Amino acid sequence: MSDEKGAVNEPSMLVTSSSPHIHCGTSVRGTMRDVLTGLIPPCIAAVVFFGLRALALIAVCTAATVITEYVCRKMMNRNNTIGDLSAAVTGVLLALNLPSGLPFWQAALGGVVSIAVAKQIFGGLGFNPFNPALVGRAFLLISFGATMTSWTESDWKRVERVPEAGISAPAEVPQPGYDVVMTTATPLGEVKTAAKRGEKPDFVYDSQMRWKLFIGDRNGSMGETSVLAVLIGALWLLYRRVITWHIPVFYIGTVAVFALCLRLAVPDMAMPVDFHILSGGLMLGACFMATDMVTNPVTRQGQVIFAIGCGILTMIIRCVPGGAYPEGVSFAILIMNAFTPLINKMVRVHRFGEPKRGKAV
Amino acid sequence: MSILGTAVVIGLIGLVCGVLLAYIAGRFSVKEDPRVEEAIAVLPGANCGGCGFAGCASYAKAVITGDAPVDRCSAGGAAVVDKLSKLTGRSGSASEPKAAVVMCGGDNNAAKQKSVYNGITDCGAANIVSGGPKACIYGCLGLGTCARACPKNAIRLEGGIASVDPALCIGCGQCVSVCPRGLIRLVPRSHRIHVLCSSPEKGAAVRKVCSKGCIGCGLCVKAEGGVSMTMSGAIARIEYDKAPVANPEAVAGKCPSKCLVNLDLSDRGERA
Amino acid sequence: MRVVDAPYTFRGGVHPPEKKELSSGSAAVELPLPDLLKVPLSQHLGAPAKAVVSVGDHVRRGDVIGSAAGVISANVHSPTSGTVKAFESLPSPAGRVVQHCVIEPDGQDERSNELAPFADWESRTPAELIERISAAGIVGMGGAGFPTGVKVNPPPGKKIHTLVVNGAECEPYLTADHRLMLEKTERVWTGIRILRKILGAEKVCIAIEANKPDAIELFSRIDSDEGVEVVVLKARYPHGSEKQQIFATMGFEVPSGGLPADVGCVVENVGTMSAVCDAVLDGKPLDSRYVSVTGEAVARPGNFIARCGMSFRYLIEAAGGFSVSPVKIVAGGPMMGFAVSSPDIYVTKTTSGILCLDERHTFEYSSSPCIGCGRCNSVCPMRLLPSEMACAIEADDIDGAAALHVADCFECGSCSFSCPAHRPLVQHFRRAKGVLTLRRMQKKAEEDSRKKTEQTHGSK
Ligand code: SF4
Ligand code: SF4
Repeated sequence: MSDEKGAVNEPSMLVTSSSPHIHCGTSVRGTMRDVLTGLIPPCIAAVVFFGLRALALIAVCTAATVITEYVCRKMMNRNNTIGDLSAAVTGVLLALNLPSGLPFWQAALGGVVSIAVAKQIFGGLGFNPFNPALVGRAFLLISFGATMTSWTESDWKRVERVPEAGISAPAEVPQPGYDVVMTTATPLGEVKTAAKRGEKPDFVYDSQMRWKLFIGDRNGSMGETSVLAVLIGALWLLYRRVITWHIPVFYIGTVAVFALCLRLAVPDMAMPVDFHILSGGLMLGACFMATDMVTNPVTRQGQVIFAIGCGILTMIIRCVPGGAYPEGVSFAILIMNAFTPLINKMVRVHRFGEPKRGKAV
Repeated sequence: MSILGTAVVIGLIGLVCGVLLAYIAGRFSVKEDPRVEEAIAVLPGANCGGCGFAGCASYAKAVITGDAPVDRCSAGGAAVVDKLSKLTGRSGSASEPKAAVVMCGGDNNAAKQKSVYNGITDCGAANIVSGGPKACIYGCLGLGTCARACPKNAIRLEGGIASVDPALCIGCGQCVSVCPRGLIRLVPRSHRIHVLCSSPEKGAAVRKVCSKGCIGCGLCVKAEGGVSMTMSGAIARIEYDKAPVANPEAVAGKCPSKCLVNLDLSDRGERA
Repeated sequence: MRVVDAPYTFRGGVHPPEKKELSSGSAAVELPLPDLLKVPLSQHLGAPAKAVVSVGDHVRRGDVIGSAAGVISANVHSPTSGTVKAFESLPSPAGRVVQHCVIEPDGQDERSNELAPFADWESRTPAELIERISAAGIVGMGGAGFPTGVKVNPPPGKKIHTLVVNGAECEPYLTADHRLMLEKTERVWTGIRILRKILGAEKVCIAIEANKPDAIELFSRIDSDEGVEVVVLKARYPHGSEKQQIFATMGFEVPSGGLPADVGCVVENVGTMSAVCDAVLDGKPLDSRYVSVTGEAVARPGNFIARCGMSFRYLIEAAGGFSVSPVKIVAGGPMMGFAVSSPDIYVTKTTSGILCLDERHTFEYSSSPCIGCGRCNSVCPMRLLPSEMACAIEADDIDGAAALHVADCFECGSCSFSCPAHRPLVQHFRRAKGVLTLRRMQKKAEEDSRKKTEQTHGSK
C-alpha cells in the first residue's frame, strides 16, 4: 500500500496553527528599526548644529531607556523585550527633545522615567497610554525647568553671531561639563516674551530667518530645529509605510489653518503662518511623536481626529496670551494621547454591507 | 510656601468630596432586608458563581426574597444550608460535597503529540486548529483555560495536563463549563476510584496515542464486581450515583495502563 | 465574449507574493489509482452524508456511498470501483473527525450508470437540472463546500439576475482553477450555460484576476450569448471572496449577515461549473478534482486530477516528495487553508491545494500585545476593526466582539497577514464565532423546547 507505506520522506513534527500561514514580513522589531533609521537625519542635524555633546546626550538617553527596560522586565519576571528596539526608539526620541546643554544625569533620569513610569508600569509596549518619550520630557520640564529651557546656541550661530535673529544678548552661565551654555530663548520663546510686552519681534518676517528655521540653524531641542532633517526622516517612514500621511498632514494643516485665522483676526499681533509651521517642535512632533502607533487611534478616521485635536491644542498653548509655555507640541500630543481610547470607542467605520444610515435593514 | 498652599487646597477638595459622598450615600441608600446582610455573612464569599448568580451577594438577596432555594451553594456545604434555612425558615438539603476531577491522565510523557501548536494559549482556541496538538482527540489540551476560570486557583498545569487540587476545590463547577472537551466532572467526594481517561476508542487505538488511556480490558470492573462500575463500550465507567467502590486499593491495582486512580478527595482544605 | 475591467474595487485587502509560477506552468496530471482510497463522508458544509454501503460491499465508480442527510448536505459517491473495506474515523483537512469510507480499488474503474447523460440538457426543465446537480453531489469547490443544488435554488421571491463565475483564484500559490480554466474551457463554459438556464440569470460575469491573461484570452474567444462578459479583476486578495467579488463586478454590497441572493447574485467557482457540466452532460457525479500540490518544500510542484479519498501523502509523492523538510502542510491556500498535522489526510471535493511550506516561507504567531498600528483595520475587506475585536476576545468579552460584528468576519486573514506583532487575530475570531454560533444554537434549542412544552400544555 503506497498509501500507507510512506514513500514520501517522512516529515518531522509539523506545525499547526490557524490561517493565514504566510505573512507580509513586518515585525515590531523591523518597524522600530525603520523608525530608528528615520531618526538618523535629525540626529545628524543635532550633531551638526549642537556639536558632539548632542551625540553623547543621545547615547546617554538611549542607554538609560534600554537598561531600564531590561531591568524592569527582569524585575517583573517577564520576557525580555529590549530586542524589539522600542526602548531604543524612546531613548533617541527623548534625547532629540532635550536641549543640548542638559546635564547628563538629568537626561538619564528622563530616560528612566520614560520607560519605568510611562511604559512598563502599564505592562510594556502596546499598553502604554502616553508616548513614553514625551512623558519623560514633560517630567524633566516640570522638574528641571531651568536647565530644560537653557537653550544652547547652535554652533553656527556662535560663530556667525547673527544679530538680526532677534536673540537677546546671550548671558553666559557656567555649567560643569560644557563650555558655554547660552540661556537664550527659542524663536517661539522670544515671540512669547515679546508678546507679553505687547510687542512683536520683527525677525519673524525676516526671509533669512525662514531659511535658518528650515535647515535648523536656531535654538531649540536638539532634534526639532532642523525641519529639513525631520522631513527627510519622515519621508523614509512614509516610504517604509511605518506611518501614513494622515497625521502629519492633518496636524500641520490644522496649525496652518489656525494660524491663518489668527492672522486674519489680529493681523498686527499674530505670527505668519509659515513661522508657526517651521518653528518649535511641530515638525518633529507631527512626524515622529504624534505618529507613535501605540498612543494614537487605530483607525484612519480616528487618527485624523487625533491630529486635528493636536493641532488645535498646540496653537492654543502657543498663542494664549500670558500662557506659561511658548511651545505646546508635547503637551498637545500628551493630552490627545489621553483621548485616544475614547476616539477608538467613538469612531465607527462604515462596515462592508452595513445598511445605510436611516434606511431600514 | 506654595507647597503648603497646594496641600491645603487639595486637602479641602478632598474634604468637600468626602462629605458630599457620605451625604449622597446616606440619602440614596436603599433600605434592605437586614437578613440579606446576615445571609451574605453566612456565605463563603468565594463569588464563584456556582449557584448560578453573579456572586454571593446576589445569591443572598435571592435567597431572602425567596427567588432561590437555600441549598444552591456548593462551596458552603451543609453548614451554609443549615444557616440559610434558619434564616429563611425554608428547608433544603445540601447535596453531597463534590470536587472537580479532570478525567484525563495523558500528560506529556504518556500522550503522543501529533503536531506543534502555534497559537493562542487557550484550549478552546487550540481545539479549532486541527483538533489541538495532542494525538488523542479526547484528551486534555493542557493550555489551562480551566485554571484561569477557577476562582480558587485550585487547578495546576503540569507536564501538559491540568489537575485539580481537591483541598482547594469548592465544587463551583466553573471549570466544568469552560473545558472544550468536557473532561472535567464534579464527583462526590466520597468516591475514591476514578477513570482518568475519556476516550471511547478501542484499546488498540487508545494505545497508539497514549500510554495511560483506558484500553477497555475490564479487569477493574471484574475486580470490583460490577456494583458501582460498569463497562461502557471500551471504557470503564464509575457509577457516581451509586455507593463508592468498596475495595478501592484492590481495584486500582488491577489497571494495566494506570488510568484508574485511587484519589482521596475527602480533604476539603481550609473550609472543612 | 466581451472583456471588461472590473468597474469597482473593494476597500482594503492585501497583495501577498503570488508564487503561482511554482505550478502554473504544469498541466494537470491524472493520477493512477492508489491501493486504498479513504473517502470522507463529509466533504461539504452541513450535515455529513449517511453511509449507505456496508463493509464487504462491491461498489462501482459513481455509486452513492453516502447519501445526503438533510437539506444542507450532499451525496458522496465512490470514486472508483472496488470493495468497501472499512469505515474509519479520521481527521478531515479542517481538523474535524469525520467518518471515512475505505475502498480498495479493483483496478477496473468500472462506472455505474445510475445517472443517465442529458445530451439534450437544453430542453430539460430547471427542476430536472437542479435534481441532477444535487444527485451528483456537487458542492462549491472554491473552499466552503456549500451544496450547489441548494445554492442555485434560491427561495421564491429572490430573483437572480446575475451569475458570477469565480475564476479569481486570489489565494497565493494555488493554480488549480487556473489550469482548469485553460484545460477545460469548453466544459466550464457549458457548465455556465447550464447554471444560467437554471437561474434564469440575464447576466453572467466571469471574474478572473488580471494575473491569468491566458485564461482571459481563452474565454474571450468563446462565441457567447448575450449578456456574458469576462470581468478582469485587479490581482488583489481577497477578490475571490463572494462579497468582494460581487462588489468589484457590480458595485453591490451584500448586506451584513446576508447572502449574495439578497442582491440577486449567485457566485460559483469555475471548478463547480465543470463539475456541473460533467454531471449533466455525462451523468458523472463529482468524485475528482484539480489539486495543486505546491510550496517551497515540494520537489516538483504541479497540478493533479485527484480522486476524492486519495491521501495527501500520495499526491505529495506524485509531486516528487519533499525537497526540504516541511514545517507546515496546508490543505487549501496559505491565506485561508487549514494546517494539517500529518500527510495522512484525504482529498475532498473542496481540496484546492496541498501546500507544503518550509521554514523560510511561513512564520510564527506570537503572544505579544497589539501595538495599535491600525494596519489590520485598514486592510480588513469587511471594514471591521480586528485590533479592537481581538482585544475584546482576549479579555473574554465575546459580547463586546459581537457588538463589533465579529460575525461578519469571513476569516480572510488579511489582518493577521499584516500584523507586525504577529498576533493570531483570525484564530481569535474563529473562536469567538464558534462561541456565538454555539450560543445561538443553545438559545434556539431552548426556545424550541419551551415552545413544545407550551404547545403540549395548550393542547391539554
Ligand atoms: S477581521 Fe476577518 S474579514 Fe477582516 S481582515 Fe481579519 S480575517 Fe479578514
Ligand atoms: S495589525 Fe496587529 S498590532 Fe497592528 S493594530 Fe492590528 S492587531 Fe494591533
